[in-house]
Amino acid sequence: MKKSIILYLHAHQPYRVKNYSIFEVGKNHDYFSCDDSDSNGNQKIIDKVSEKSYLPTNKKLIHLLNSYPDFKVSLSITGTLITELEEWAPDVLQSFVDLVNTGKVEIVAETYHHSLAFFYSLQEFEIQVRMHREKIESVFGQTPKVFRNTELAYNNDLAIWADKAGYKGLLAEGWDKVLGWRNSNHLYKPINTQNVKLLMKNYKLSDDIAFRFGNRNWSEWPLTADKYINWINDSQDSEIFNLFMDYETFGEHQWEDTGIFDFLENMVPIWLKDSNNTFMTVSEAIDNYEVVDAIDVPETITWADTERDLSAWLGNAMQQQAIKAIYSLSSKILGTDDWSLIEDWRRLQTSDHFYYMCTKYFNDGDIHAYFSPYKTPYDATINFMNAWHDLRFRLNEKGVEI
Amino acid sequence: MLGWELPPHNSGGLGVACFQLCKSLAKNNVDIDFVLPYKTDQENDFMKIHSTTPMHFSKLKNHLNAYDGMDYLSSHAVTSEQLNYEHFVAEKAKENEYDIIHAHDWLTFRAAMKAKQATNLPLIVHVHSIESDRSGGESGNPIIRDIERLGLMMADKVIAVSQMTKESISREYGIPLDKISVVHNSLDIDELGELDDENVYQYIELLKSSGYKIVTNVGRLTIQKNITGLLQAAKDVIEVLPKTIFLIVGDGDQYQELIALSAELGILPNVIFAGFQRGKKWRDAFSVADLFVMPSVSEPFGITPLEAINYGTPSLISYQSGVSEIYKNCLKVDFWDKNEMANKIIGFLRNDSLAKTMTEMATDEIMSMNWDKSAKATISEYDKHKKVLA
Repeated sequence: MKKSIILYLHAHQPYRVKNYSIFEVGKNHDYFSCDDSDSNGNQKIIDKVSEKSYLPTNKKLIHLLNSYPDFKVSLSITGTLITELEEWAPDVLQSFVDLVNTGKVEIVAETYHHSLAFFYSLQEFEIQVRMHREKIESVFGQTPKVFRNTELAYNNDLAIWADKAGYKGLLAEGWDKVLGWRNSNHLYKPINTQNVKLLMKNYKLSDDIAFRFGNRNWSEWPLTADKYINWINDSQDSEIFNLFMDYETFGEHQWEDTGIFDFLENMVPIWLKDSNNTFMTVSEAIDNYEVVDAIDVPETITWADTERDLSAWLGNAMQQQAIKAIYSLSSKILGTDDWSLIEDWRRLQTSDHFYYMCTKYFNDGDIHAYFSPYKTPYDATINFMNAWHDLRFRLNEKGVEI
Repeated sequence: MLGWELPPHNSGGLGVACFQLCKSLAKNNVDIDFVLPYKTDQENDFMKIHSTTPMHFSKLKNHLNAYDGMDYLSSHAVTSEQLNYEHFVAEKAKENEYDIIHAHDWLTFRAAMKAKQATNLPLIVHVHSIESDRSGGESGNPIIRDIERLGLMMADKVIAVSQMTKESISREYGIPLDKISVVHNSLDIDELGELDDENVYQYIELLKSSGYKIVTNVGRLTIQKNITGLLQAAKDVIEVLPKTIFLIVGDGDQYQELIALSAELGILPNVIFAGFQRGKKWRDAFSVADLFVMPSVSEPFGITPLEAINYGTPSLISYQSGVSEIYKNCLKVDFWDKNEMANKIIGFLRNDSLAKTMTEMATDEIMSMNWDKSAKATISEYDKHKKVLA
């Protein structure tokens, strides 16, 4: 059997809450639109990331997919990003459609709103998964068969759910504490499941590209495609290499001047030079390889921070209180049948909001600060809670007791 | 008269108290040259304002916070502003024929001492707060303490804004009690802006109509103000009365800590942080509330409860405040007694007739307050010292 790289890219943008003071609560129900002067406005960020990442990366990927028959890509794209692109950058959405239309791109299922609903409300989680599936079907004409949860948050319960829901595969972090003596470079299955398979991210190889590529203080800088493919080729006891990363790695997290696009362009032919090497989508990997073992994950793991747990989103009291506050409104909000109110509530479930409230300030804090539109996690908390108060204002207007 | 701030560029009560006192002194025929460290928009017809730098407040504001004692060690800006200020004051004092140097709080004390050395005029230092007040009962910045000690010793007379402050000055700096006179601050209700028909806190109005009660604090978020104590009491209040909202209006070095503390106490959804506000948003914060709480560790005077009742809201205040010496129709508690604080807040919020009576009585009480009495007491100190040295 050939060795395969499974390149999976995750594209997502949240609806960031603007600076939203208590004085706007009850007066202005638009939490997400900034005025033109605010460089952290959602539309501005879409414009910026489209120009730096989505457009050039799609162009590059389409070129590679057309040039190399064995090159394949897996992609997840959140509902919030799709609606932002529909509204502000339809040409960029079209470039994703063009990418998928190459016939060599598999779309991965997830929640529409990039939420942590699985841990708070199974009913709400299932609605968001269905919403996402329907959106993907209507925009891309594809029905996803492999599931990833937000931030690759994964545990045994999620696997049991996905198994029952009929997914053929799941993605998770290939975290050492879970794998033990095993490595991430094989197909696994979750314990206590019938059919579903598990693909585990090779975090070292993935993060070499996603996090370290442009870091001049890294001992391996500069990372050439030759060097990188040599590492992979040297790897013993391996069948598959799960390179899972943010789509925005290309051009946004790693800027063009780091050489990231050239790296992408070069690594594909260098890997394929050996006729024993190929690329597969997530489903192809599941269909073509044998399960070697069962994986037990009683505690939730994610792909973030040095802890690989949910502490980036739920580690401090502000985050816990804020997410609890949002889900405490579930039945009241859903009971209104007001779709604009429900959608705003769902947009506030996006995990990014809680990430901005994170107070871990050491190694991981750097990354948090890079991704946050706010000066401090405290500002993030206040803006978010004010939006929450406004949801309650709107509930009250509808005669719901608050 | 030497001061560090005046409205509209005040960071707290100091500027307002200076302004009101001067206005009443002027009505009693005192001619005042008021020296400020910045250029101001303040316009008035009762005193002359001199600025020691041509720079407008807006250019300097980050450097001049009169209360930020711990920054003083590290901030070149404050020290260099003080040097400018000292030179200006010493020159000014020599040029003109003054009767008295009247200096407000430590930031002006070095200038005041220089001016006294240059002219041998009588010096009255007016203490609105001392370093231990501002540092929440801790000893604070030793350099500032030295400046305070020297100023208090060099002064011919010390005016304290409360009996409590008088006692702290004597206790902490060994100043004889008979060198210190108490002149309480007051309230000029004509100076306070009026409410209009629509409160700017619309959401909070809506909560009230849904049965919520509102407790507010308006002030700097620093250790002195003991908002941490208020939030701890709030937790107990919310357990008993879940429909209670705590509205915190202000900014300060504890801003972030207080947000985190609200979350840790599990009451984040019940605490609303509105940031620093002036004007209508400041006034409406008082009027939207059912109860104003001033839980300060140490409040040399503390005018806000009087401002609150002017906007129709009675108060719970700590005994450790100067205003508690003169304000009768309010609830009082020791700042450290969180249980009693919670108990009194709950008792008040549950008792509409108590709220109504307290509001009526307290409103009557402030109607009779004015600065004229404070001005007359100040003038009598001027007269004594003019004569002594003449």
